[in-house]
Amino acid sequence: MHGWSGKILRVNLSDQTTDDLRLNPDIYARNIGGKGLAGELLFDHFQRGWDDPQLPLVFMTGPLNNTVSPTSGRMTVMSRSPLTGAVCDASVGGKMGTLLKRAGYDGMILSGTSRNWCGLNISESGVSFCDATSLCGLEISAIHTRLQAAPGMDQGAHAMIGPAAEQGVRFAAIVFDGHYFAGRGGLGLVMAEKHLKHISVSGGLKTAVFDRAELQAAQEEIYRLVSASPILTGDLGISNYGTGALYDLMRSRRMMPTANFRQTYFEHSAAMNAAAYKNRYRTKKFGCAGCHILCKKIGAKGEIIPEFETMSHFSSLVGNRDLEAVVEANRICNEAGMDTISAGVTLATYAEISEQELAPEKMLGLLADIAAGRGEGTALGQGSLRFTQEAGRPEVAMVSKGMEFPAYDPRGAQGMALAYATSTRGGCHLRAYPISHEILRKPVSTDRFSLSGKARIIKISEDMNAVVDSLTACKFLFFAASLEEYARALNAVTGMQTSAQQLLATGERIYYRERIMNARNGFDASDDDIPARFFTESGSSSATIQVAPLDRQEFLQERAAYYRIRGLDENGLPTAEKCAALELPC
Amino acid sequence: MLKLLNKYAQKLVNHGLCLPDTPLVGGVNDCVLWNRQDPHSTELEKIVAGLNINSIILARPVEPFASILDYHCRNCTAEFVPEDTETRTFLHAIPVARSLTAAEIIPLLQKRKGCVVEGQGIIATGTVSPEQAFVVFSSIIFSAFVKFFVDYAYVLQTGAADEEAREMLPALLATYDQFLPNDPTVELEAGTFSTPDEIVQAMIAAGRATVDARMVDSFFGNISYFAHDNVYISQTGSSLDELASCIDACPLDNSACTGITASSELVAHRDIYLGGEQRAILHGHPKFSVIMSMLCFEEQCQNRGKCHIRCKKERFIGDIPIIPGEVGTGPRGLSRTLPPAVQGRRGAIVYGHGVFTVGHKDFREAFTNLSAIEDQCRQAYLQLIADLSAGSAQG
Repeated sequence: MHGWSGKILRVNLSDQTTDDLRLNPDIYARNIGGKGLAGELLFDHFQRGWDDPQLPLVFMTGPLNNTVSPTSGRMTVMSRSPLTGAVCDASVGGKMGTLLKRAGYDGMILSGTSRNWCGLNISESGVSFCDATSLCGLEISAIHTRLQAAPGMDQGAHAMIGPAAEQGVRFAAIVFDGHYFAGRGGLGLVMAEKHLKHISVSGGLKTAVFDRAELQAAQEEIYRLVSASPILTGDLGISNYGTGALYDLMRSRRMMPTANFRQTYFEHSAAMNAAAYKNRYRTKKFGCAGCHILCKKIGAKGEIIPEFETMSHFSSLVGNRDLEAVVEANRICNEAGMDTISAGVTLATYAEISEQELAPEKMLGLLADIAAGRGEGTALGQGSLRFTQEAGRPEVAMVSKGMEFPAYDPRGAQGMALAYATSTRGGCHLRAYPISHEILRKPVSTDRFSLSGKARIIKISEDMNAVVDSLTACKFLFFAASLEEYARALNAVTGMQTSAQQLLATGERIYYRERIMNARNGFDASDDDIPARFFTESGSSSATIQVAPLDRQEFLQERAAYYRIRGLDENGLPTAEKCAALELPC
Repeated sequence: MLKLLNKYAQKLVNHGLCLPDTPLVGGVNDCVLWNRQDPHSTELEKIVAGLNINSIILARPVEPFASILDYHCRNCTAEFVPEDTETRTFLHAIPVARSLTAAEIIPLLQKRKGCVVEGQGIIATGTVSPEQAFVVFSSIIFSAFVKFFVDYAYVLQTGAADEEAREMLPALLATYDQFLPNDPTVELEAGTFSTPDEIVQAMIAAGRATVDARMVDSFFGNISYFAHDNVYISQTGSSLDELASCIDACPLDNSACTGITASSELVAHRDIYLGGEQRAILHGHPKFSVIMSMLCFEEQCQNRGKCHIRCKKERFIGDIPIIPGEVGTGPRGLSRTLPPAVQGRRGAIVYGHGVFTVGHKDFREAFTNLSAIEDQCRQAYLQLIADLSAGSAQG
């Protein structure tokens, strides 16, 4: 095979045995890799609870990993979310995707539960288990340092969970190489349930490429588009400022979630933008293996600079004006191994319910309590929905399907309302990311204050991003390139003869399968929704920008249109006809 | 949705690309909506059903573009590949269908954003807006036009002659004259502009004038003005005839990233301002300037085929340099080649791409320079093919 190794590592943590799973090449072609292949392998197990030992936790690379295809070194982690009960997959950077291929595997399926905390070591010469009890309670950076110190592993890839997962935080993350997060939905808690503390991978194998010259040509096309993208490589783009470059844009468009989404403008935000971090911390770039954009930023003294969502939620959402407190909040979450978006929103709901402003010390203290599983942190660690339900105020949980919203207020980019609602993993911006056209003007701009016609756009974007996560490429690249260029790269690597539109059809099948998986676990139209606040309260308008409440009727009409376009019934459930057309079990 | 469909149908007419009431524009949400009734809509709906798209345009362009498209259809097997920047970056290749049938067209549009249907016109698609389809439609016309005239000159230069093209040429040039506005000169506001409102208004007017003069197509081109340590610049993907709300003020000290949506050429514009006394920059894609930039008869050049990034030869049309450079900020980006080339000059032509011109006070000078360079290039082209034809006849 070209592109794929043809071998998936199957691990039973209960008895610490492994074997190799070899799939029919047709299954690879129909699912591509990453999210697609992980969904295929999870499908039959998906009615298991997240804490069922036999529920697999799947790590999957794509055919472009370990090749020169641009920004294709990512991988997917997928299982069922402890936070939402829904499908949960994360596209994660770093170098594990590349090194897993170099170790000879397309991915790994982990099931069972180890008796004691263990680690898993994978290389081209074999797989072994080790005792990891000594790593428990340590912060992520300390764990990473120890794993790198193992013989021959200083250049290896390491996935690990931190104290938050050990303490049962439902938004605990899996952290890769110290800095890259499978952040959302609590995949870290699934790994903790299996008593797997870390996975370490090394290898030196090459991935077979069908046509190197053609891949080179595809690479040039993609690089050309990246160079032409102001958002990626422009002077003010994310290569220079990180994803925080979006912060000013959200402020100027009056769609920055503020005070738990009760407002959309934070008056102190001008002094807390990406330029302020760059000046204060004299930042440098770093990033994933094989990426030349290098969107991550680190300060001169090693401070990890927050990503956009973290910058926004730990400032405007909780009312914090202290830049250094944002960096510290980010550090606490990173070291504990927990999702900053869910943490930020949960703190904002706490602030609203308790009717208090969170001083920096209070904010940081609560985060530390969540990570340590103590005091009020125990309840907050269950996420916004459970916390607010416990407090009798579920209406203030800014979630969809139980997952907390990121830093885009849907009243300022109305396609986002539908995207949040229909996302298979809940309040997630990355499934359809209408910000791309509603705000960033890519591929062209659309009217951000209208939902009209957005249903089909959202559906197509969900399908496209399902492909991107299956390839496994970086979504940022698609501010510049398109599936047209990546189809060329995929064909060059694998010898396939696919096209952009054929890949979209593959993406449609991958996404529909997730709808089936959620439906089997009881999700329906009542879950494809967003909180009432967005339909009843205005955002923070200015003299020139009116941020009105969303029109509930228009939202429901467009959601109904989405169901028709997606081939779902009126209740958002899969239909036998569509399942048959996509050759999926219903 | 219908409003958008009508907007882009009308825009095709306003830009002189189609006759009134001829563009057929479809928008798709949970059903297909058309800007007008047309017998082709039935077949187009089959095409829509076979693709994940949200918009589609079918239209036959006016002359000379229709004849040029037909020429390319006759002279290729499955697709033709112009070598200008719009094709290289965006279209990659232009596939050709021989019939307007879903069975033939769907496979082409599975791979590319648009195609030419021989004798029928262009089908273009979009996934988020009819604007995308409009951009594809317009770019196919631009690229096909440029390819025709570039190829014709190169064939002549070999001493041979493309008889079919030669016979077409007089009519093409005559109808291209009709495509161009009668009077390309406009009375733009004289500067210097100081308030943001004055600057934005001047940019809106200059952008519209550039489109009306047919010196840029669809959402390509950009425009900027420098004042108060800010570069006021059109946003990425904005149409120069619709710049209201599409201008970013980018501070030189980069104290805010609001301009992340600014044109991909922000750095090139900024460095031109930092290196001289200019206040206004205008960038269009006038066709004969692009054509002339692509005509180089250097024999056995080792950079042939990579001229757009590797050309080291000093080339000029009159006093205007022709330079290499990719769009944007990459290692071979025009952000590196353009600023030094423009200093002390009226402007520069970027190989296969377009023209950048400058003004020291306002857009009058920049616009005049753009228009003059295009006129100069057109005359140069006509002289070139006359000379080559004479040489060919003697040979």
